[in-house]
Amino acid sequence: MDLRFTPEEIAFRDEVRAFIRDHLPADIHERMRLGYSPRKEDTVRWQRILNRKGWAAHNWPKEWGGPGWNPVQRMIFLNENQQAQAPEVSSFAITMIGPVLIQFGTDAQKQRFLSRAANLDDWWCQGFSEPGAGSDLASLKTSAKRVNGHYVVNGQKIWTSTAHHADWCFVLVRTNPNAAKRQEGISFLLVDMKTPGITVRPIISIDGSHHLNEVFFDDVKVPVEMRVHEENRGWDVAKYLLGNERTGIARLGKSQERVAAAKEHARDVRFNGRPLIDDAAFRQRVAQLEVDMKALEITQYRVVSAYAKQRDGRPDPLSSVLKVKGTELLQASTELCMDVAGPQAMPLWAQELAELANEPDPEAEWAAQSTGSYLFLRAASIYGGTNEIQKNILTKAVLRL
Amino acid sequence: MDFDLSDDQRLLQDSVTRLMADRYTFDTRKEFLKHPSGWSPDIWDRYAELGLLGLPFAEQHGGFGGGPVEVMLVMQQLGRALALEPYLATIVLAGTAVRLAGSDAQQSAIFPKIAEGRMKLAFAHGERQARYDITDVLTTAKRNAGGWVLDGAKSVVLHGDSADELVISARTAGERDAAAGITLFLVDASAPGVARRGYALRDESRAAEVSLTGVHVPDADVLGEVGNGLPIIEQVIEAGIAAMGAEAVGAMEVLHEMTLDYSRTREQFGRPIGQNQVVQHRLADMLMSLEQGRSMTMLATMSVTEPDATQRARDMSMAKVGYGQAARFVSQQAIQLHGGIGMTEELAVGHYFRRCMVIEHTFGDTAFHLARLAEQVE
Repeated sequence: MDLRFTPEEIAFRDEVRAFIRDHLPADIHERMRLGYSPRKEDTVRWQRILNRKGWAAHNWPKEWGGPGWNPVQRMIFLNENQQAQAPEVSSFAITMIGPVLIQFGTDAQKQRFLSRAANLDDWWCQGFSEPGAGSDLASLKTSAKRVNGHYVVNGQKIWTSTAHHADWCFVLVRTNPNAAKRQEGISFLLVDMKTPGITVRPIISIDGSHHLNEVFFDDVKVPVEMRVHEENRGWDVAKYLLGNERTGIARLGKSQERVAAAKEHARDVRFNGRPLIDDAAFRQRVAQLEVDMKALEITQYRVVSAYAKQRDGRPDPLSSVLKVKGTELLQASTELCMDVAGPQAMPLWAQELAELANEPDPEAEWAAQSTGSYLFLRAASIYGGTNEIQKNILTKAVLRL
Repeated sequence: MDFDLSDDQRLLQDSVTRLMADRYTFDTRKEFLKHPSGWSPDIWDRYAELGLLGLPFAEQHGGFGGGPVEVMLVMQQLGRALALEPYLATIVLAGTAVRLAGSDAQQSAIFPKIAEGRMKLAFAHGERQARYDITDVLTTAKRNAGGWVLDGAKSVVLHGDSADELVISARTAGERDAAAGITLFLVDASAPGVARRGYALRDESRAAEVSLTGVHVPDADVLGEVGNGLPIIEQVIEAGIAAMGAEAVGAMEVLHEMTLDYSRTREQFGRPIGQNQVVQHRLADMLMSLEQGRSMTMLATMSVTEPDATQRARDMSMAKVGYGQAARFVSQQAIQLHGGIGMTEELAVGHYFRRCMVIEHTFGDTAFHLARLAEQVE
């Protein structure tokens, strides 16, 4: 037993760190440093730089353009990328549809989509949730009827992140409404977002941003060859997708980056006549977060190293612990940043003000963005299977109640 | 990064697990408590036979050369059984002091006896006024012909009542709280001037108040360098923090298992209480705490041999906070989910609860270690 990285792992980490430092465009880094979410073009630009290096598709096998890393290397890469304040690679492309196509796709589907996904030539989104199917995903109603080599899709998806940017959407549809078990009547389709009959409507979230959408399908024709895996076996694909290597969902590097940013800014703001960083209660709050991050870090190592050793690819139920604890920390660390911002956390117009004054005001922008990510990341315990659903998973898979 | 156990480690784990399963049920433990020492000399002999009493000592001193991982594996099983024997006191605490500070002659004289089960030690460092401040030593050692004279009092000395020898810290120089000037001494527990009052802690394990009145200690029984005992004391406490973490993990495992079993069998409103989602999620929360506590114990275990003292101290504080909070949550919830029966002396749950409480208050509680970490925030 040894918790330390091996010399090879340290060399790998240093290589990743140096590459990101030397290649992350300065303007992207500056926006991320101020706490902005990456814009689509930021993510695309950075992912293409990584892809040229062969690193973008970090969890794909070499054969399909991945680097062929083991789970420990992947974890190191993701962590370094987050801590370096770089945009994260598109999860829809890299951790969701890519592995699904590699596992279940036809040769034609692989040839057509994989390298374009790695390079973000296609932007993907995920059509799973529906107004009546959130945590209870298997109750989805969007229907697909087979007519002459096509499926005709009708229904509505919701919470579809970045659908307004997307070229393609992977969609769960009901192909057999009469199946004995509702999970057995679902299929997995790849849908071109330019197909007639698709309407994307924005949902503005509480941080004021447009990230989420509703997607309506009105007699949308999808060629049968765009179905992944067998008809009515789409639930297997969805389960694989949701369970596939979930260790990344903890986003520990992001929490670490947020706490580091909070500490940095706490030097510059005052509290009771002294720098906030010198306040005992603040220091204790940071210390508690650092303890919790350390525990998560080691639990993540445990899950990742167990994953590296088992070959059947089944998700470790402990990854639910990572999801719950990781998102709790993500929320706590963004909350900390917002509290450091203090009264400057309130104004909605920080950027506007900076523009009016005709000179940048990075402190005000940082403060405003801290609130923005605090607000947006309330979603972290909801998306990817709510934290309550994760506890249901633990109840079933580990406690066997 | 590697979480696998070696074959030898797995063998060790299996043999301790088997011994405790065969010999250390909750009922036999009640019998052990009736022994005048408050623990089982017979089981102590079994530990010796299995090689557990010499585990971390060098082979040339009759030991097995085991490291922190081996100690962790043993302590976890002792934690699961709520073992009462002075393993932590003798092997981990005082044993570490002798191993790190003792001369070759001292180690050769002591370790074979410990390994064979013929000698028990205790680590007499804490004092009543000191709470968790490890430099707050008022016990004095004054020079006299060919040795030292010790005066003072030591408080809550774990298993101090049954120890044959005490590792005692005393000031040979400096004021209260000074880091320099603390020296460790090996003192025969029956030496003139040593008085011990033994008692049970809340978890039924034993401890003693030790008073020292003009106790003469020859130079040969100074342990380590005169005036430079603090780094040794720190490492003893760190070894203790790591070992108690493993014990806490063992205790939390059992608390979680017992509560899970109970939720399957206890029926209310016509069905097992474990069918209620509120109970299921509480059990899931307990599991998450246990796993985070386990991770933090691994951190402490790996850190015992970390050469950088600052890093080591930081890891230990993190671990103590992490597993301490986990143990408090898991043990409190275990009682809550058991309901009234969890409050009774009859059920094991309350005993594990109290062991967790004692562990949390040994060598710095959560508030102490969190404050120590808070000081270092930068």
